[in-house]
Amino acid sequence: MIGPAESLRDAYGKALLELGEKDPNLVAMDADLSGSTRTILFGQRFPKRFFDVGVMEPTMMSIAAGLALQGRTVYASTFAVFAAGQAYNFVRQSICYNRANVKIVATHGGLLVGADGGTHQIVEDIGLMRGLPGMTVIVPADAPTTRTATFAVAERDGPAYIRLTRENLPTVTDGSFRIGKAAELRSGSDLTIVAVGSLVARGLEVAEELSKVGVSTRVLDFASVKPFDEPALLRAARETGAILVLEEHSVLTGVGALVASTTSENYPVPVRRVGVPDLFGESGEPWALMDRYGMGKERIRNEAWELLRGRGKVQ
Amino acid sequence: MPEGVPVELVRSLEATAREIRQEVIRMTYAAQSGHPGGSLSVTDLVTALVFHELRIDPARIDWPDRDRLVLSKGHASPALYAALALRGFLPREELSSFRQLGSRLQGHVDRTKLPCIEASTGCLGQGIGMAVGMALDARLREAPYRTYAILGDGECQAGPTWEALMAGGHYRLSNLVVILDRNGLETDGSTESIMGIEPIAEKLRAFRYHTVEIDGHDFPQILGALAEARRTTEGPTAIVARTVKGKGVSFMEGKHQYHGKPPNKAEAERALAELARPSEARP
Repeated sequence: MIGPAESLRDAYGKALLELGEKDPNLVAMDADLSGSTRTILFGQRFPKRFFDVGVMEPTMMSIAAGLALQGRTVYASTFAVFAAGQAYNFVRQSICYNRANVKIVATHGGLLVGADGGTHQIVEDIGLMRGLPGMTVIVPADAPTTRTATFAVAERDGPAYIRLTRENLPTVTDGSFRIGKAAELRSGSDLTIVAVGSLVARGLEVAEELSKVGVSTRVLDFASVKPFDEPALLRAARETGAILVLEEHSVLTGVGALVASTTSENYPVPVRRVGVPDLFGESGEPWALMDRYGMGKERIRNEAWELLRGRGKVQ
Repeated sequence: MPEGVPVELVRSLEATAREIRQEVIRMTYAAQSGHPGGSLSVTDLVTALVFHELRIDPARIDWPDRDRLVLSKGHASPALYAALALRGFLPREELSSFRQLGSRLQGHVDRTKLPCIEASTGCLGQGIGMAVGMALDARLREAPYRTYAILGDGECQAGPTWEALMAGGHYRLSNLVVILDRNGLETDGSTESIMGIEPIAEKLRAFRYHTVEIDGHDFPQILGALAEARRTTEGPTAIVARTVKGKGVSFMEGKHQYHGKPPNKAEAERALAELARPSEARP
């Protein structure tokens, strides 16, 4: 059920290379991080169609838009803090307002950046990108979904943001990702765990533990953050009565906020959010940071029990 | 007057520019909003491009080889809308819808609403980057089209403007022409008192642009600079066009107060009266 850890960035780099073979008009861009984002694989194979513009992330976005408006598909990569943070208004106007066909694949999202510290650990990007009209937002949990998502956004005209993580992540899906669809990784009736990205595997682990004491937990991978699979969420609310959200992102503006607002408008059930509180991160070993900032397994377990107790499922 | 620019062409462009300026006044007066000052300063440059330099065709707005024009200073939209209307890209009557709910003529140019616009702009510092992307596309597909970007001088205070200029120079985009509407004024006052951009021509040269300085209201000079840009094959060209904010309307000329302030009724009438006759006829 949970396979060995693999690199999402490698999966992206290889998928981009394949896309480049298929589409001679496809262009890729980077901002001096092509080794880390793995766009270097494309760049080495297609040097004429690869533009490493150096440290100018905002302008990378407007150049990408200018290329895309001529009918090209453009992939632009850098770290998430630069793609969504540094370049925000360029993503907004040059890309989204212009409806330019640019696919932003941002690596190094969230706290798992680790040692580089809080300056580079953006935990606001999903909220920023989700708020942009016309933007597709995808947060893959593993390498197979990264691969599928990289291809899927090429098929869909318009801007997209894919958030990847620096750390290798356990394989939890079969890669059958579809835009706009949640993937049910585990069925269950007492509680639903809605998870994205790096925390999907922890969600499955906790669900497995709970099953040993007779609690049936549904696990939904909501990699497609926008468009969001509202029917799957509301079905989970109706059928399990409580939802625990896991995300490596600020709880203020992320998937937890989305789940809470969607359920409260349509089918109110108890929702608890596990994610980064209203704080910046800091340097540290990546998974130790996750524990420190409230996304450890113990915390997830406790939140699950709180929800189950509230519903009278356990004492 | 430089050789090779027929006097009839100059007279015709001057007459067109006068009409465009009148439309700028009508549009900003009717909307009671908009940016007359920077629209009037850029009018002659826009006129030269839309009516002479650009290979464009109102009957084929998606012609793949058309020249691209990016108005990076998107707030000068009235000048471009009026020029495009007079050139046949949209009905002239539509100009009165400027800035109204449901209009294709947004406050800042919007390609998703008005398809003959190449790039939506407004927030400054982004149009040049998009123009660089377009010029790169032409180079990649070996297409003959050229890309022209009109930049404001306040915009030269924005860091990303220089990122994009750096990219155009680095890639030696000889199919890219950057035209700076150097009217010297921005919303709060003169560029040089707020955050000086001079020596701007030297800066552009240092960024690897073949740089030409002209009077941006002198058609022979404008056409001469554009022709020089066509002859420049080793890299991009920058045209620093010295202009007058509010040009053509005596009480608006050189006044930063008219950057984003529309004329009232009396001012509009006076402006239209001034613009109704050739500039030589004015005292």
